[in-house]
Amino acid sequence: MRNIFKTLAIPDQRQLMFGRTPEPLTCGFGLKLGNGQVYPELNFTLPTMPLVETNWAAVVAQYEEIGTIIERAAGRLKPPGLMVEFELLPPMTEHPSWGAELTSLLLRHLSQLHKDTGIPCALRVTPTDIRDVTKPPELRSGKPLELLLQSFEQCAVAGAHVLSIESVGGKEVHDEALLYGDIEGVIFALGVLASRDMEFLWEKIVAICSKHNVVPGGDSACGFANTAMQLAGQGMLPEVLASVVRAASCVRSLVAYECGAFGPSKDCAYEGPVIKAITGAPIAMEGKSASCAHFSPVGNVAAAMCDLWSNESVQNVRLLSGPAPEAYFELLVYDCRLFNQALETKTENMYQNLLVSSDIHLSPQAFVLSPESTMRIATAVVRESGHYAQTLAAAKEAASLLSEGVRHKELQLNSRETEWLERITRELDALPSDEQDMIITMQERYGHLFAANSYGL
Amino acid sequence: MRELQDLAQLLEQGESQKVLALTQQLVDSGVSPQTVLNDGLIAGMAVVGEKMRNGEMYLPEVLQSAGAMKASLKILKPHLAREGAKSRGKILIGTVKGDMHDIGKNLVGIMLQGAGFEIVDIGLNVEPQKFVAAITEHTPAIVGLSAMLTTTMLNMKTTIDAIVEAGLRSNVKIIIGGAPVSQKFADEIGADGNSRDAVLAVDKVRQLIGHTS
Repeated sequence: MRNIFKTLAIPDQRQLMFGRTPEPLTCGFGLKLGNGQVYPELNFTLPTMPLVETNWAAVVAQYEEIGTIIERAAGRLKPPGLMVEFELLPPMTEHPSWGAELTSLLLRHLSQLHKDTGIPCALRVTPTDIRDVTKPPELRSGKPLELLLQSFEQCAVAGAHVLSIESVGGKEVHDEALLYGDIEGVIFALGVLASRDMEFLWEKIVAICSKHNVVPGGDSACGFANTAMQLAGQGMLPEVLASVVRAASCVRSLVAYECGAFGPSKDCAYEGPVIKAITGAPIAMEGKSASCAHFSPVGNVAAAMCDLWSNESVQNVRLLSGPAPEAYFELLVYDCRLFNQALETKTENMYQNLLVSSDIHLSPQAFVLSPESTMRIATAVVRESGHYAQTLAAAKEAASLLSEGVRHKELQLNSRETEWLERITRELDALPSDEQDMIITMQERYGHLFAANSYGL
Repeated sequence: MRELQDLAQLLEQGESQKVLALTQQLVDSGVSPQTVLNDGLIAGMAVVGEKMRNGEMYLPEVLQSAGAMKASLKILKPHLAREGAKSRGKILIGTVKGDMHDIGKNLVGIMLQGAGFEIVDIGLNVEPQKFVAAITEHTPAIVGLSAMLTTTMLNMKTTIDAIVEAGLRSNVKIIIGGAPVSQKFADEIGADGNSRDAVLAVDKVRQLIGHTS
């Protein structure tokens, strides 16, 4: 049974606040999300080392060390709660037992932490979408899909509390369309291809989660909108294009919730606030304290509506202070103390305003992440029916928001960005309202990149 | 020659149809295809590369110019072959074993092609022995290795080791690129250079191959 969201779970912008959701969620060892507190979500990865069977003992030793660091640092910093994310590297998904072994290892540390300190905590596990090993990707059958689903299953059995993914359906077309600034291709990739793959994949993930009583935690448009953000950050793409892609990407991520996911959404899913407004589910976000993994122009505003605050990923290397995961854990804990102090002293609106206003006038990408923009985009999405129409509506709303921002002198764009915004607006307006009218054109343009049967086309 | 300057400018503006028409017109009027290539197309792409480096052009605009150049090359190629013209150099690129990222590699290929180099792209998740076989088959001047993960960047070394073992190391220069790699890492694994982005990759290749423009 599919959930179709026709209204907003949070219809009042004033309720769209960090640390609060209408649908609080309890997971793991008593971690209650969206119930009036923001918690750190710590993420980490290996230092430079081979990830092969012959080096497996050294890999396990790294995660053992990270587990010990988490226990020690949590005991020292005493966060009111903690989410740990274990994001599998590709070989850990290709060998499902590897991912499961490390899941079990990290669970042991969290269990010990909870036993020793009483700190509520949970483990999110994110297998890698390895279905894009072939070109064009074979998404609905084949060994990679089998291994991916086995990985979900085995990580669930090993004790993951939340399961997520950054799925890649549609990315093969989106990458090309993005590089060429082809907005029609972008909307097709997100609204037609990615959304169809999300339906296919998330029905399976939700079934595995239901079987093992694990929380289906949602997907991330990382491979789409964050690719755009990074290319814009390097000056290769207009920021306004990355902003519109960000908004348009929320619909393919929403499909996970239509299929039964209930959050918390992934940290790198900057489309999370729209998901939160529509579904009421808690969300993870990342921003300034994720600069260990990547830079962004949305460091503060990204925090405005979060329920978990993440560092995205940090290598287990040594810094002057100590291990990098501990250093970033400390940053997150201090960030969360501020969120929670604001909530406790009822100054959260003021703090949220500061987070938003300090960023949104400097970048269109930050502008579309404000609570006001979030509400507008979310409203545009639920007003429409069908993923293509919703994706198009979200993109158009983002373009309108940017134009209004410029007109009201809330946002400054240089002449090249302005030209691109005009071009994007024009091209979005010219797109058909029915996806059938574009599928044939897109198959002609991008048919060499994707397999139609991977999307049921 | 005025027409060659026009060709360079049209290319910079991404005017594909006009670039194609003018290329054909120049060849038909007896201008040497090598001159059309060097003083028209490559000169135009050099300005494009410079503008991108200075933040004055975005990638979609660069790709439009690169596409126009690629189409014009189809017109020039048979003529260049008849003249026995030499390529500026052949570059073999690929993402190393275990790594599925290809946007960075593709951009490097496009920028190098725009600069007049011949590109052989052997894809992603490429085994070291496949690099060795491709070097033997295509005899490139430069091999470009790409990796985006801390756990796959070490396969750049494995690949270089395989090239050394096959006795091919002295035949090629090797450059590396990708988010986690650095010049220090390039030095450690025995590569000849590292490039932070696709535009700088063109400079690095020119430097290694001995071209100045």
